[in-house]
Amino acid sequence: MLEHFGKYLIFLGSLVTRIESPRILFNRTIDEAILIGINSIFIVGIVSTFIGAVTCVQVSYNLTNALIPRSTIGFMVREMTILELAPTITSIVLAGKVGSNIASGLGTMQITEQVDALEVMGINSENYLVLPKIIAALFVFPMLVILAMFLSIAGGYIAGTLTNALTAQEYITGIRDAFVPYNILFALIKSVVFAFLISSISSFKGYNTSGGALEVGAASTAAVTNSVIAVLIADYVCAQLLL
Amino acid sequence: MIEIHNIHKTFGDKKVLDGVSGVFETGKTNLLLGASGTGKSVLLKCIVGLVKPDIGSVTFDGTYFTNNKLDIRQEIRRKIGMLFQGSALFDSMNVQQNVEFPLKMLTPDMTKSDRMDRVNFCLKRVGLEGSNKKMPSELSGGMKKRVGIARAIAPNCTYLFCDEPNSGLDPLTAIKIDELIKEITVEYNITTIVVTHDMNSVIEIGDRIMFLYQGKKLWEGTRDDIMDSDVKELNEFIFANRLMRDAKKVEEEEEQAENNNKQ
Ligand SMILES: Nc1ncnc2c1ncn2[C@@H]1O[C@H](COP(=O)(O)OP(=O)(O)O)[C@@H](O)[C@H]1O
Ligand SMILES: [Mg+2]
Repeated sequence: MLEHFGKYLIFLGSLVTRIESPRILFNRTIDEAILIGINSIFIVGIVSTFIGAVTCVQVSYNLTNALIPRSTIGFMVREMTILELAPTITSIVLAGKVGSNIASGLGTMQITEQVDALEVMGINSENYLVLPKIIAALFVFPMLVILAMFLSIAGGYIAGTLTNALTAQEYITGIRDAFVPYNILFALIKSVVFAFLISSISSFKGYNTSGGALEVGAASTAAVTNSVIAVLIADYVCAQLLL
Repeated sequence: MIEIHNIHKTFGDKKVLDGVSGVFETGKTNLLLGASGTGKSVLLKCIVGLVKPDIGSVTFDGTYFTNNKLDIRQEIRRKIGMLFQGSALFDSMNVQQNVEFPLKMLTPDMTKSDRMDRVNFCLKRVGLEGSNKKMPSELSGGMKKRVGIARAIAPNCTYLFCDEPNSGLDPLTAIKIDELIKEITVEYNITTIVVTHDMNSVIEIGDRIMFLYQGKKLWEGTRDDIMDSDVKELNEFIFANRLMRDAKKVEEEEEQAENNNKQ
């Protein structure tokens, strides 16, 4: 375990030694960002809309006290999704989608000697292949989380009004009630932390693959499980430190 | 000319290379011959610096490579072209981008149109003009090797390394790839090392041959001497190779006969 962690740190160090030209790095980062963004936007959209809808329905089910105004439902949906559900659930979904993609891609390049081919050309393969993925994730994850925030609040709106749990006016009053801008910043900081963990852990697992197709599958699975655990631990630590 | 001196390599407690020394000459196809698992690929990787030998050194035209300063190693690496056993084409790029890639990385000053000229020249040289836009997944094994060779020679390499260039190919394609490697070697007067376990290659293109057996160099010489060697392991290897070839021939003839009967 400790040995693994040490190797992970050495791996992170190797990313930033012998840097390729900034222009190449920039182009690679843009390519990776487009890949991560386009590949994940659909699943993030679906998941966050439903999460908002389900949160709204369940809050309204639990809120039976007639003294509490119905607009509280909107308030609760906003608080839960922005603070926790949008960044964390989105990141867990992305750990599955982006993490496995990174690990299997790098693993395949490793076992088919494409990484060796880069090294023979004198290119630092860690720096060339991995660093752009991590930087791209650091930019794209917060954007996806912002999207997830909007869509989950919209999902709550749709579910709330369709089931007549509350009126549109009540929902809007609710989501505007006692708004704390810091919560958004907190969620975005979390998403950057999660982006780093997911992209670097998955790269580490993928880059260190050796063997054949079976090992690529194993690396991909390990990337997702380790990323999810890391995200949940980091979620707790962030809440303790920043709230 | 590449010289290797007393190369040792151990993985865990398994000794893979046990003090290999030798010289690979310029303008010649130098073969590393041996059965599977005798350390040919590891030796090749030690020479190009993908694997660090435990002891020993490699010298490229008099410049010390192993353990030298990073920029000197990089300078030598720019002159190295390598064809990997599985071709190792970048599968996210098409043929043209694969061949262009080392030019983009190694000669950033080159203009786009100069690069394209060079790419087209190299693709033509390996007999693949017009396949620029194909993806690696659309290519046959032999075509992949050709693209691999084109990518290796694109930046005007001085040293060409090929790991089992004809494994997994049918005999005719295998001979064509071998011949291509030999032609390129002579044409550009480069130093070429080819790893192989195939006696056909020895007969076709082997100018200098080094025979490896369990991590040791047991014999070296030219293809004219190889049949007269008095090394027991080499003779056994040649014999086994011939048996295998005969068996293959019989099999092919039988298949042919069967097909003829069907028709
Ligand atoms: N990275 C490695 N780690 C451990 N063992 C290795 C490694 N690379 C090669 N070997 C071992 O070294 C031996 C020689 O391998 P190799 O050079 O690939 O043989 P070949 O002559 O068929 O190319 C094999 O037994 C292989 O298992
Ligand atoms: Mg081999």
